[in-house]
Amino acid sequence: MSKIFEVPLYPYQRSADQDQATPARHKVVVVGAGPIGLALAIDLAMQDVPVVVVDENDKVSWGSRAICFAKRPLEILDRLGCGDPMVDKGVIWNLGKVYFDERQVFGFNLLPEQGHKRPAFINLQQYYFEQYLVDRVRQLQAEGKPIELRGGNKVLELSQDETGADLTIGTPDGPYRMKADWVIACDGAASPIRNMMGLDFVGRVFEDNFLIADVVMEAEFPTERWFWFDPPFNRGQSALLHKQPDNVWRIDFQLGWDIDREEELKPENIDRRLKAMLGEDISYELEWSSIYTFQCRRMDRFHEGRVIFAGDAAHQVSPFGARGANSGLQDTDNLAWKLKLILDGKSPLTLLDSYDAERIHGADENILNSSRSTDFITPKSEMSRIFRDAVLDLSERYEATRPMVNSGRLSVPCTYDGSPLNGPDCAAMPDRTRPGSPLVDAPVPGGWLLDRTGFGFQLMTIDEAAPDVLTVEGVEVKSLPLNTADDTDGYLRQRYLGDATSAVYLIRPDQHVAARWDHYDETAVKAAVLKAIGR
Amino acid sequence: MSALNTQANIKGPDEFYAELLSVHEGLSKQQSDALNARLILLLANHIGDRAVLSQALKAASLKD
Repeated sequence: MSKIFEVPLYPYQRSADQDQATPARHKVVVVGAGPIGLALAIDLAMQDVPVVVVDENDKVSWGSRAICFAKRPLEILDRLGCGDPMVDKGVIWNLGKVYFDERQVFGFNLLPEQGHKRPAFINLQQYYFEQYLVDRVRQLQAEGKPIELRGGNKVLELSQDETGADLTIGTPDGPYRMKADWVIACDGAASPIRNMMGLDFVGRVFEDNFLIADVVMEAEFPTERWFWFDPPFNRGQSALLHKQPDNVWRIDFQLGWDIDREEELKPENIDRRLKAMLGEDISYELEWSSIYTFQCRRMDRFHEGRVIFAGDAAHQVSPFGARGANSGLQDTDNLAWKLKLILDGKSPLTLLDSYDAERIHGADENILNSSRSTDFITPKSEMSRIFRDAVLDLSERYEATRPMVNSGRLSVPCTYDGSPLNGPDCAAMPDRTRPGSPLVDAPVPGGWLLDRTGFGFQLMTIDEAAPDVLTVEGVEVKSLPLNTADDTDGYLRQRYLGDATSAVYLIRPDQHVAARWDHYDETAVKAAVLKAIGR
Repeated sequence: MSALNTQANIKGPDEFYAELLSVHEGLSKQQSDALNARLILLLANHIGDRAVLSQALKAASLKD
């Protein structure tokens, strides 16, 4: 049986654009049909922005690749109408164990907070993730939404002026040209678009190699994340074991810098490593293996004229902490509504500067966290190793140092502190929902708060009255009236009121808080809406 | 914000110093380095106050 990543999902088909005498013009062309490109295209199409996705391949990603998806991206996927298949298929986990040398140092429980629709994390192979996104594209197409997916379409050339970009696309039938108001490069860490434009992508190189072996096996191991520092089966290095759906296990061996890649990738050598780790009598099937190195880096700016970068094309981190795909999805979440407002003529082009400001803030946070994890996993000096080992040794006996054990700080949503779009704050209210924060989910009558928000601006009120609809310079702000009488478990009060007795939250289309007050004031709300749309 | 106490604060300084040396007796350089690191981490956790810890790190660096 072929694996899903071996079957063409969007094979090349000749498009009408290829027979045009003058190049067709599109609103948005997304380059790259990976998780980020697909999510962005779905987001735009759901807002009736016509979008064409081009990818030189025609299949989902080869091998499992990204496997850990955090709560915030799952909420974004819910907004995009495809959270359920992901969560239904995904493996939910909360427990982890840390080993040092031959000993288990400690175990932990992520103890997910109650009162959220979605779990803290799921593990899901990237190929399923992409498959479900492609399914969603097909569903939107059936509903007549303006979204096209062109496999076997490779961008060969790109030029731009202040009104748009000109693309030359290579296909099995030869090249053709098209124009686009906007081009979004979601073409990965090696971004050919970024290279064509000669833009810098600099940062820190980590001199290390990691071997991923994804194996199918019937194993007795529980659904936990196991991490080894300096284990007997991989001396001086680290290792990771993590479960994915379909009895696929992600095993990650740190190899060090000076290795023979070809030699390490030989099945017999992988087999030797697996047996040393899991025992001589294991039986498994190797689904996918790969050796990767990584860098932590980002572009100086995430947009250059009419070309916008998102995901790994714009920023790259180590895999520790699952901050790659997860942060890329937050890029698309941030970008889609801004692009829609600009295309509708409701916001100036400068709104895109807030995409840079907010997502560069996110990228820097991820790079910082990811670099710190890497420095703990691979100490860069003798003293760094002495302290690392001291933390691990102490953690076996005492709780004191366990929070310092860093095998990856798992992705948490980014709060856009200091964003140019943020409006007034109210000091009596909880810190976690301050302007710039993503909404914190809570049960509300008839379902979940997050399911009742997204796409448009909303004014969420708690025990306070506001008009059903407020229109500010053509932007509609719909009210979302809630009250504490329905808040039986107190989540709303705890997460949104704090010491205030009533609240008014201006919520952005990406479910982030733009501003908040303890009472409704039309003038103040209108000013905050204008600020949030970049006017 | 509390400040790092750089005044003498340990009763019986000679006894403390002797005890500090005694835990290192018979250890290799590597073992001693490890012990020192564990000691720093435990003491730092006990202090907890981030501002004090930063002052201590700076003070220990003997720079300006």
